Amino acid sequence: MEIRGRALVYGDKIDTDIIIPARYLVYTDPAILGQHAMEPLDPDFPKKAKGAIIIAGRAFGMGSSREQAATALKGAGVAAVVAESFARIFFRNAINTGLPVLQAPARGKVREGDEVLIRLEAGEVVNLTTGEVIKGKPLTGLALEILKAGGLVEYLKYIAKQQA
Amino acid sequence: MTWTEYVFARRLGKAPSPGDVVELAPDLVGFHDLTGYHVLEMMEKMGGVKVFDVDKLVVAFDHLAPAPTVRAAEIQVYIRRHVRSIGLKNFHEVGEGILHQLILEKYALPAQFVFAADSHTNTAGAVGAFAQGMGASDIAAMLRLGKTWLVVPQPIKIEIRGSPSAAVTGKDVVLHLLSVYKAEGLNGRSADVYVERPRDFPMDYRATVANMSTELGADALMFVPDEETRAYLERTRGAAPHIDFKPSGKYADEYAVELERLEPLVAAPHSVDNVKPVSEVEGVEVDQVFIGSCTNGRLSDIEAAARILKRGRARARCIAVPASYAVFRQALEAGYVDVLTKAGCVVTYGTCGPCIGGHFGVLGPGEVAVSTSNRNFLGRMGANDSKVYLANAYTAAAAALEGKIVDPRKYL
Repeated sequence: MEIRGRALVYGDKIDTDIIIPARYLVYTDPAILGQHAMEPLDPDFPKKAKGAIIIAGRAFGMGSSREQAATALKGAGVAAVVAESFARIFFRNAINTGLPVLQAPARGKVREGDEVLIRLEAGEVVNLTTGEVIKGKPLTGLALEILKAGGLVEYLKYIAKQQA
Repeated sequence: MTWTEYVFARRLGKAPSPGDVVELAPDLVGFHDLTGYHVLEMMEKMGGVKVFDVDKLVVAFDHLAPAPTVRAAEIQVYIRRHVRSIGLKNFHEVGEGILHQLILEKYALPAQFVFAADSHTNTAGAVGAFAQGMGASDIAAMLRLGKTWLVVPQPIKIEIRGSPSAAVTGKDVVLHLLSVYKAEGLNGRSADVYVERPRDFPMDYRATVANMSTELGADALMFVPDEETRAYLERTRGAAPHIDFKPSGKYADEYAVELERLEPLVAAPHSVDNVKPVSEVEGVEVDQVFIGSCTNGRLSDIEAAARILKRGRARARCIAVPASYAVFRQALEAGYVDVLTKAGCVVTYGTCGPCIGGHFGVLGPGEVAVSTSNRNFLGRMGANDSKVYLANAYTAAAAALEGKIVDPRKYL
């Protein structure tokens, strides 16, 4: 899978309470959640998120198990998230929600607004503005299969169809 | 074999290697009100609410309970309907307790695999279960299929040596570990914890350490079952299962916590690993104190608070929430509830309360709280510019008494 977009750069430890505060967890609708994504840190986020690729530091998505963290980013229109490391639950939630995620040390090598291309199977981030290629961790196996299907619900439907 | 390897080998027939992707059946699956409706919605999208083994499911209403809004009530109505239709016995209504506390008190056993739609599911590691949180889709699929997939973690060893000194609890051990390994520092690893003097580090303390292993990013943190585990299970379940584990094998990393060297610690805003001795933040003025949550809402926490708050009325607003009805009853019978209410604390039971900033004490703009819960993230307990200091129940109670952060040891 290849995804292209404009970079939005954030720091380390973007936690789930930042990505979507608990008061919005009474909703699961991506459109509603998307309006409040990153609200405590960056209230303008929903205005600039459409088609963007988030470039972040360590421990992206640390904190709660709320799947709405991934749903909110997707609902805001985020195309993918690249981070130096991800919290385990967030990473799974992103895959299960069909939000592309890639572990790569891109922060510092991509500036806000740069055009970025990511290649999930190769684990590469290409900064199209500077030409630099950043090597990360390829996405493989079951996680890639689920993501390619569009998320866990779609993947399970696909598997059921194969078995029928 | 390490304890982590033992737990996997017991289920899979042989110990897998770290990094392997394995499929396995859960022993226990759980959700609460705030994640539960999402789990059920995902199950409906997957083809319907069908549970592989309804006796392996535990549900508790704890997050927005009692319901503070019509929407929260509506979520509960929706879950109750499904709970009835699948014939769920292990259903805990408003007030019975926080999911993780109920799993600890009633359900989890050593070497089990426990998964729930909440990140603090790790708490059941206190009795040696491999317990971790997952999102709504993963739990929904697990409940329908009776299996899930895991990346096998790399085990590390943590030893807890000696006996705790005054006003030092499990909270200080895990805050110390956060200062050493940092937030998410144990990503991809599971921690096997060995206690040198088992009876000096009781189940309440173990539950706090296991609970906040989530903040360490650990896939799981398990206390290797010992005489304290056996005594706890005999007390709460009537019997303890036989475990034929003999520790051996190599760990990728080893760390020893010397209890005698620890002092009361706090995690200052806005990061769980911004850990300092309480003496460094003495004098910070406090608006609200929260004693409770799945981290520190157990009897020893309520007792610690009562030991300090018996000295007078609290100057800061004080909210105390025993984590389950069982803990509340014990606190009532021991006289702690009387002490806390006389000190001016609002006391209730069995709700997550202000921990997630949902209800029952949301922080206003610029307010400062000392909380025994597990997260001090930006805006976690209310307004974006509010501040949360995480601490043990002694420090929290002392802050309530004086209206500012003080070293609680002067009261012991």
